[in-house]
Amino acid sequence: MASDVPSPSPAPSSHPLAPAPYFVRRQTAETGDTNTLVLAPMDGGPVPPALPGQFNMLYVFGVGEAAISLSGDPTDSTQVVHTVRNAGRITAALAQLPPGKAVGVRGPYGRGWPVDAAAGRDVVLMAGGLGLPPLRPVLYHFLSHRAQYGRIEVVYGARTPKDLVYYDQIQEWRQRSDLRFQVTVDAADRSWYGDVGLVTARIPDVRFEPGNTIAFLCGPEIMMKYAARDLEARGIPRSSIWISMERNMKCAVGICGHCQFGPEFVCRDGPVFRYDVVRDWLAAREI
Amino acid sequence: MTAASPAAGDRFLLDRRDFSAFLTSIRTAGYRIVGPTVRDGAIVYGDIQAESDLPIGWTERQDAGRYRLERRSDQALFGYVVGPHSWKKYLFPSHERLWTATRDGPTFAVISEPSDPTPLAFLGVRACELAALKITDKVFMGGIPDPSYSARRTRVLRVAVQCGQAGGTCFCVSMGTGPGVTSDYDLSLTEILTEGRHEFLVAVGTEAGGSVLRSVPLRPPTDEADRTVTAIVAHTASSMGRSMDPTGLRDLLLSNPDHPRWERVAKRCLSCTNCTMACPTCFCHTTEEVPSLDAEKTERWRRWDSCFNLEFTKLHATPVRASSSSRYRQWLTHKLGSWHDQFGTSGCVGCGRCITWCPVAIDITEEVAALRVPPPAPTPGGGH
Ligand code: SF4
Ligand code: SF4
Ligand code: FES
Repeated sequence: MASDVPSPSPAPSSHPLAPAPYFVRRQTAETGDTNTLVLAPMDGGPVPPALPGQFNMLYVFGVGEAAISLSGDPTDSTQVVHTVRNAGRITAALAQLPPGKAVGVRGPYGRGWPVDAAAGRDVVLMAGGLGLPPLRPVLYHFLSHRAQYGRIEVVYGARTPKDLVYYDQIQEWRQRSDLRFQVTVDAADRSWYGDVGLVTARIPDVRFEPGNTIAFLCGPEIMMKYAARDLEARGIPRSSIWISMERNMKCAVGICGHCQFGPEFVCRDGPVFRYDVVRDWLAAREI
Repeated sequence: MTAASPAAGDRFLLDRRDFSAFLTSIRTAGYRIVGPTVRDGAIVYGDIQAESDLPIGWTERQDAGRYRLERRSDQALFGYVVGPHSWKKYLFPSHERLWTATRDGPTFAVISEPSDPTPLAFLGVRACELAALKITDKVFMGGIPDPSYSARRTRVLRVAVQCGQAGGTCFCVSMGTGPGVTSDYDLSLTEILTEGRHEFLVAVGTEAGGSVLRSVPLRPPTDEADRTVTAIVAHTASSMGRSMDPTGLRDLLLSNPDHPRWERVAKRCLSCTNCTMACPTCFCHTTEEVPSLDAEKTERWRRWDSCFNLEFTKLHATPVRASSSSRYRQWLTHKLGSWHDQFGTSGCVGCGRCITWCPVAIDITEEVAALRVPPPAPTPGGGH
């Protein structure tokens, strides 16, 4: 009667959660503790298409994996770019990999920034600290489709001038006439001639048409909370404000439970959320 | 008589003395039988080689924080309720290798863990446990199917048992999951033990269930047996040890993150994770990397985790849910509230395990009742 039992299916050759081998093309220091890694597939093939705001799970052989936002040009199909702060065992191991070394990559995962919803509107991007890397793909996208958008206003804040990432590129962006890119630091040293203060302090100075603006915020929760509040006060409806959340992640596919934020799985339903959808959770303690 | 080809919907009577033949028939069909067995003072799930492995003549007494095995006055095979184990341990083992990677020059190669092709027969699945299986199916097979869970799950034969008694912490009636077995089974048994009679009413749920009955001596059902079975289920339903009003639970939980009850329960909760380990639907897990000493090979394991662990939400070295009140709130709000948003069902089937196995006797039904009492309104005008 053994034939009544469903026959064993052959073992799957690759696990959906198995990383694909990539190698380090370049690794450059952004700040004292933050590096940008450029990774390309070992097999020379193209990288899977990704949307601005999505993330990958990066894996170091024998060490483990961590969720890191994509921060490169989304139209580049030859490589992925990740800006990683050395803040734990896995990110420390990533920071030590010289060019040529293997890195595992699986992804991209999650929902990205709604770039289509931004068409025809003014755009405000606000980044705090390491919130700029997840927003950079969206800026690349806007700039390469510049005519489709209204004003583009970027406000980027870091703790000190030494904590600014993409320093040279920011200088280039600041030269452009079709983009306004403000930089502010919480605490300056004598070399700093720019603005000092929280990103939210720049909001009164950001120019946009409130009824026709979309805002993307990325940074510490407290910064996003106050920035959203202040943008709302300036007339941007809650439903036109989007934020990117960060949580502990293990699986990235909605089955390990780690990344829950209220009813949302940040890995699958986020990391980008419409502010009005998650506002109550952001306001409550220890969600 | 020997049934030619029992089909879904067919019903038979199986004599107690033929139960061994029934087990043999399941095994002959290629299944590894797992079911209830007495070990370390509890009825747990393990391999069943012979009917003597079953908890014959045993039952248990359960209450909040209490579990004790007791002798029955009869020789019932399924005269107990549910123990500390649940079937999830077979589909989603507490510790499991997902894949192995080996260095290969400058790169590495990943080999997925092959799944054990032996199909499992779950013997004695209760109605609440069938409901729990449906829930974990949604979790692990609702999106991209998890390879190991689905490889095992698609080969499981569910031999259900309708409960002949309720446990002290049971509330399946409140959650609408039991005690009657009405769907999602391959075979369903009801143990009939009356003066001088010991037999089982067997209902066939699927073709797979029917096919393991082919060489088993069976009799046609009698009206009397049917009446007895109806009475057994009705009696169990009327003797639930606990109850919980399920109306509006989702909204109650999701709209009360600041209820003072969370602080009160947190004063008792030890964050021991017992409730989440015992719960048949808790699915949270973490991953572990296990490299070989020479660093040429490495393995990816997955291990049960719990939202009660401080490490669970660690982000840049700081846990998001640092207080135990926020962790208990997460557990209950997820189980009874946001589970609906995520999987279209409650995460609780009313099995009572979390109540029984809590060392400090925290009772989910009591916590819900307390949460239903609205928090005192803030006094207007700053009065006292
Ligand atoms: S929450 Fe408790 S009663 Fe509900 S299914 Fe889980 S263990 Fe059983
Ligand atoms: S509720 Fe009880 S069983 Fe669950 S973690 Fe707290 S003390 Fe442990
Ligand atoms: S990271 Fe596992 S559920 Fe989101």
